[in-house]
Amino acid sequence: MNEPSTDVIQGTLDMLILKTLSLQPLHGFGIARRIEQISRGVFKVNPGSLLTAFQRLERAAWLDAEWRQTEAGRRAKYYKLTRAGRKQLDEETADWTRRVAAISRLLKAEA
Amino acid sequence: MSMWRQVTRGLRALTHRHSADRDIADEVHDYLEHAKATHLARGLSADAALRAARLELGNITSVNEQMRAYGWENMIATLLADLRYAARRLRSTPAFTTIVVLTLAIGIGATTAIFSAVNPILFEPLPYPGAHQLAMILELGRSGSRVDGTFGMYHALSERARSFESMAVLKPWGPTITSAEHPERLDGQLVSARYFHALGVIPSLGRDFRASDDRLGGPKEVVISDALWRRRLAADSTIIGHTVALDDNSYTVIGVLPSGFDNVLTPAAEVWALLQGDMSLGSAWGHNVRTVGRLREGVTSERASQELDMLGHAILNEQHPETYDLETRFVATPLRDDVTRAVKPALLVIAGAVMLVLVIACVNVTNLLLGQGVQRRSEFALRAALGAGRTRLVRQLLTESLLLSLLGGVAGMGIAQLGVGALVALSPPGLARVGAIHLNTSAFLFGVAITTLISIVFGLMPALQAARSDPQEALQHGTLRTVGRRGRMRSTLVVAEVAIAIVLLVTSGLLYRSLNHLFAVPIGFDPSHLLTMEIQTVGHKFDADSVRHAFFTQALDAVLQVPGVESAALTSQLPLSGDGDAYGARFENDATQGYDVFRYSVTPRFFETMRLPLRSGRYLDENDRGGAPPVALISESLAKLRFPSESPLGKRMRVAGSPTAQPYVIVGVVGNVKQLSLSGTQSEAVYTTTSQWHWEDAAQSLVIRSNGNISVLAPTIRSAIWSVDKDQPIVRVAMMEDLLAATAAQRRFALTLFEAFALAAIVLATAGIYGVLSGGVAERTREIGVRSALGASRRDILTLVLRQGMTLTAIGIAIGVLGAIAATRSITAMLFGVSRLDPMTYVTVVALLGAVSAIACFLPAWRAAHIEPATTLRTE
Repeated sequence: MNEPSTDVIQGTLDMLILKTLSLQPLHGFGIARRIEQISRGVFKVNPGSLLTAFQRLERAAWLDAEWRQTEAGRRAKYYKLTRAGRKQLDEETADWTRRVAAISRLLKAEA
Repeated sequence: MSMWRQVTRGLRALTHRHSADRDIADEVHDYLEHAKATHLARGLSADAALRAARLELGNITSVNEQMRAYGWENMIATLLADLRYAARRLRSTPAFTTIVVLTLAIGIGATTAIFSAVNPILFEPLPYPGAHQLAMILELGRSGSRVDGTFGMYHALSERARSFESMAVLKPWGPTITSAEHPERLDGQLVSARYFHALGVIPSLGRDFRASDDRLGGPKEVVISDALWRRRLAADSTIIGHTVALDDNSYTVIGVLPSGFDNVLTPAAEVWALLQGDMSLGSAWGHNVRTVGRLREGVTSERASQELDMLGHAILNEQHPETYDLETRFVATPLRDDVTRAVKPALLVIAGAVMLVLVIACVNVTNLLLGQGVQRRSEFALRAALGAGRTRLVRQLLTESLLLSLLGGVAGMGIAQLGVGALVALSPPGLARVGAIHLNTSAFLFGVAITTLISIVFGLMPALQAARSDPQEALQHGTLRTVGRRGRMRSTLVVAEVAIAIVLLVTSGLLYRSLNHLFAVPIGFDPSHLLTMEIQTVGHKFDADSVRHAFFTQALDAVLQVPGVESAALTSQLPLSGDGDAYGARFENDATQGYDVFRYSVTPRFFETMRLPLRSGRYLDENDRGGAPPVALISESLAKLRFPSESPLGKRMRVAGSPTAQPYVIVGVVGNVKQLSLSGTQSEAVYTTTSQWHWEDAAQSLVIRSNGNISVLAPTIRSAIWSVDKDQPIVRVAMMEDLLAATAAQRRFALTLFEAFALAAIVLATAGIYGVLSGGVAERTREIGVRSALGASRRDILTLVLRQGMTLTAIGIAIGVLGAIAATRSITAMLFGVSRLDPMTYVTVVALLGAVSAIACFLPAWRAAHIEPATTLRTE
């Protein structure tokens, strides 16, 4: 049974993109698919938000983009993590972990 | 790094919009292809795969738009689009744009130029430290008229007055620099030691005067201006301690003043020496100095005046100087008020007038924008109906308004620059602080701000209207609505414009008539074909009167030899040239009051040369030389004043000189001459020959009459004089008629400005009337079409529109005349020989404006009368 898919938690899309790209350079559709796969279909990425996020991250110099041939022989815009992007990912991950831990503690707290 | 990327990527997107758009479209398309491929791989048909992919991606256009909307460059792109659209709109209505921009430019430019000139002269503090503490010490006579101060009074006051920190006297000095190859007459001042100290000025090179040197027989030292130092002394920084020859005396240069020093008390002065006055001198109580002082901190000029008046009278009671009237009042008045006294009323009136021009400009722009707004109502209703948001409409109109203001501001800056240059060039000579006139940024910004505000407020009206009202209604009835509330507002504005134009026209008309009256005043002699110049004698070789007399006699003979010279004469003072040499005259048997008279020591042919009419007795002639019984002529006015019922001929009088000198016998009466100014009334005068006067003047004016073209004779005459002695300066070469014109320079200056303002006002008002009427006709096309379809003749329609326009004009004129009657009160002091209610001026102005506005009304009326009813009704 598939779990019902939801939109990506607000404010985490950038981090998810960075994380996905930290494994290997990918094009837009590939990133969306990868996020859905790894989250086992929990997160469904809105393509409009995703593509706009690329622009923002690229402007912030966390991503570099280049047009390349895919394995299937089509032209696609590949994104790659920059050094600054990797640093940003580390920061966001640490921050996220801290928040999740805090929220878990709050949720587990007995009255 | 990321900042850099923001900027460069943004700029690239901005400059290569197409390739950026294609990039985005490619990426979106690519995404779609990937999705489709995935669905195909899952076994869907090609069609179903594409549909699924589209579903996944959502609205492709809006994804594209979403991506394109990212980045700071989009704000700029929208702004540029707005600007492009605004520019296109303005270009498509060139008449409207040109009129608005010109109106703004005239309003902003004129205001800026005038305030640039008025501000430093009237409002800025004088360029001295603690300038508010500087005051002139004045002596006022019985009638409140000013009398020059005396060294004696200064000497006593400066020892006693506690209100002043320092005090100084000054008098004009015109030495000739003789050390170089070209003698040059300089403007200078003789001052007491504390002069620069009182002003708070320290020489930039060398030192100030020392009080210990300010004594009779003290060292001859000069302080010079930066300009003179550069011009004559090659800016030599080792000049201090060296000497220069002035009038054959050698003076040690002790100081050079800073380049920014502005000597408001005598703007032309370039060289200063110590007055070295002394109470032992006979001239100590002569009224020939001005006194300036620095008040102690916290002392007002009122308090200082009280102290001065008290001390002054105490001093008079102790020392009994003969030259003082016991009713003299002593007052202190702030230096700035004193310096600007002569020009202040005129400048304030001019500033007021230029504000009126600005008001007209604003009214006109408001009018034009309102008219434009009415015409664009349907356009905006349509755009609102198509979904343009209120902010979008407002932003676009704002851009248009700002673009108009920007153009107006730039053009206005140009006009202001030209205006400031013209003002300085036109300014009457001797105007203080002319050097400080420069484009005033705050005045410019004020003009730009107020016009921008107006264009924004009234420019935005159509957008607000469109956003507020129901677009459908506006679209349907937009053209039907005619002269509504805003029509009334526009009419009111036109009335205001006409009224202001009337005020400015009446004012300049009155000034114009004053100037004409002034030049129609009889001056007492014939100024045409008269050349004048002043000859000076310089150096110790002229110390003896006899040598001077010989030189002047030879020089006059040489001049008379010049071909073309009909007659020539020398005089101690020249009428209407700025000279004003007056002495007390006392008639025999007059125990009491003497008469203040102008003294002319002349060579006998003076009367012939000037064409001065003889009223009775005889002219002076060659026989009235030294040694012969002294004789004098008096002016008609003096004769009437002293001898109202008997003949003055044969009466005896004393003028200046020692009381024991032989009195002059009056042998003739001549006509009155204007000496000080055309509007002045003082003309009591005494004429003697130079040989019979008590002394030979060191500088004398030459008057030459010729029937031919006299101005070309000037160089020949000059060489004739120099053939006698080449070292004597000849200055102030001028045609008598030019001197005459120069006496009215200030009035002419004011008149020129008012004429310019009045011209601007009438042009703007006419444009306003025309704009309102032609806008009204355009809006009422349908109504007029219906009227003529129902049988109104062309004549009826012509009358309809003309009546509307002329009614507005008539109301404006009525209000304007009332306004002018009130406003001209402020220029009464500038009028001469004409009442401020002069009917002639009012009638002419009303007729002129009426005629001009009739023309402005006729054009739209004619157009309305030629509307084809069939055509208009069909297009509706």
